[in-house]
Amino acid sequence: MERYDLPDAKGHFGPYGGVYVAETLMAALDELKNEYERVKADPTFWEEFRQELKHYVGRPSPIYHAKRWSEQLGGAQIFFKREDLNHTGAHKISNAIGQALLARRMGKKRVIAETGAGQHGVATATVAARYGMECFVYMGSEDIKRQSPNVFRMKLLGATVVPVESGSKTLKDALNEAMRDWVTNVDSTFYILGTAAGPHPYPMMVRDFLSVIGEESKEQMPELTGRQPDVVVACVGGGSNAIGMFYPYINVDGVRMVGVEAGGHGIDSGMHAAPLSGGAGVGVLHGAKSYLMQDANGQVVETHSVSAGLDYPGVGPEHSYLKDIGRAEYVAIDDKEALAAFHDCCHLEGIIPALESSHALAWAAKVAPTMGKDKVILVNLSGRGDKDINTVAGLAGITL
Amino acid sequence: MSRIAACFAALEGKKALIPFITAGDPHPSRTVELMHGLVDGGADIIELGVPFSDPMADGPVIQRASERALVHKVGLRDVLAMVAEFRKTNTTTPVVLMGYLNPVFVMGYAAFATAAREAGVDGVLTVDCPPEEAADLSAALIAADLDPVFLIAPTTPEARVREIARHARGYVYYVSLKGVTGAGNLDIDDVARKIAALRAHIQVPIGVGFGIRDAATAKAISVTADAVVVGSRLVQEIEAATEQTAKERLTGLVAELKAAIL
Ligand SMILES: Cc1ncc(COP(=O)(O)O)c(C=O)c1O
Repeated sequence: MERYDLPDAKGHFGPYGGVYVAETLMAALDELKNEYERVKADPTFWEEFRQELKHYVGRPSPIYHAKRWSEQLGGAQIFFKREDLNHTGAHKISNAIGQALLARRMGKKRVIAETGAGQHGVATATVAARYGMECFVYMGSEDIKRQSPNVFRMKLLGATVVPVESGSKTLKDALNEAMRDWVTNVDSTFYILGTAAGPHPYPMMVRDFLSVIGEESKEQMPELTGRQPDVVVACVGGGSNAIGMFYPYINVDGVRMVGVEAGGHGIDSGMHAAPLSGGAGVGVLHGAKSYLMQDANGQVVETHSVSAGLDYPGVGPEHSYLKDIGRAEYVAIDDKEALAAFHDCCHLEGIIPALESSHALAWAAKVAPTMGKDKVILVNLSGRGDKDINTVAGLAGITL
Repeated sequence: MSRIAACFAALEGKKALIPFITAGDPHPSRTVELMHGLVDGGADIIELGVPFSDPMADGPVIQRASERALVHKVGLRDVLAMVAEFRKTNTTTPVVLMGYLNPVFVMGYAAFATAAREAGVDGVLTVDCPPEEAADLSAALIAADLDPVFLIAPTTPEARVREIARHARGYVYYVSLKGVTGAGNLDIDDVARKIAALRAHIQVPIGVGFGIRDAATAKAISVTADAVVVGSRLVQEIEAATEQTAKERLTGLVAELKAAIL
């Protein structure tokens, strides 16, 4: 394969990506792009970023060999990239720190964010507290119900959580509302976007900040196994933890990349959140062109997933491109399979995984038995499941 | 001459009133009659909103209008059918579709442009498609003799204004404030200064909208602008009316606004 060097100067990954926003935001995105280009070439920025990741987040996150589970499955060896051990419990913090450092350099004292599962909201509230910034987090009222521990965490950290009542009351509507806030307060506010989607330069910037996941893995895997993994696998909501893992591996031959979307009640039911693997067409939403779940009129449809963080009808544009060129594959895991993997991971490995990450685990558990014992699957365990215990209890008919 | 150009020419320096309503609100069967009601009140051009599931640039009032229309599954083709119906009895009032890119993208630019032309549409404003991404859409619109209408914002730097000026047809739409439709922080003096600066680059008429809610503001804006766009205030009127009284109330409100502007 040719050297991979995307996006282009206008934020396009092949036909995907771009800047599809109202005129009012164009200047702000231009400023952001220019400022990011500047810090990208500034070693002091990355030194500061690395120091924060090391001393505040606790990076590098370890890689762990899930021996019991692998043995029980009787095939490939499964390893976890332990993003769940990061401060605040998911990969999201590394992106939030990168953007907050940028916001600080730009002199912005107010930050806003959208959140689904609440992990990105917590990460943003955390860095806002750490850097002394005012913080507003938009969250769909449906998600507020199913992720209440995270709502309280954000409040403890001093953020204002704004419930979003429009549309499906989930992540996509929270993103709409965050955009509306940004349009209104564009001079004072930095929008810390939580996934590798949105208008350019966000997909690129979020990818760059989270590439630390794949970069670390590339160093750690040879230490542990003497080589790179055969497969890297990650769940895909908007696609930030997946692109963070994939990007450093794109030019590494022989490493298969699998993104796992939320199959919800099953692809055939139509109630899922799998734009890449569920047969959706291409559309324009939230500032970029990408695969998008929509009806024949181009209206975005409601999605379903047991995990709030995957419950999103779109996907970051770079994943659309990686799908089209065949460099990454995208598959769906349904609610039931994800829950089964959630419980197996708890019982066999003593790790409570996030429901989002459980989708990637479920795919690994499904495929490992079909592979030889000498094969290696690296799962990005994107977050821990403490935030999900109410949901899992509820499904078992238990009220906590 | 396009219907939009003819409309501005016929005004002979008087200012245009451009009311906005969302197609399908409160019910798809009412839209054509409401459009005629706007004309009865003195509308010079009609901006017809195409409902979208994710209206990112709109405030709560127009969001709700979209939601009411989407209850009835009003799609872009339905909106074109409404315009065609309107054209059966009105061949002079320009109609500009205003909405988001995705429904147009999904229909296909060429297919949309042809169908829109046949229906009697005159201009198209896709809020989330700035000139940088608009080359294909604009080419399709121009090939079908439709005017691509672009936004200019308070945040738009001069270099971009010049770029937008190269692409704009019909009129440009100056967004009077930083915010969403229906916001309440309009600064009339600031708008006047901006419009004066825009004149150096913009050859087509300049309309101003977002946040114009009453006759006094409409009048003040019309001192500097070529056209005044009023949206959320009219949609609120529809919301407050019954399906039976909506037309009459819209006509009354538009007449009041039209009487106020220069
Ligand atoms: C733990 C965890 N994993 C994954 C995701 C999905 O997001 P993305 O696809 O951007 O990684 C989320 C989102 O909230 C999350 O909290």
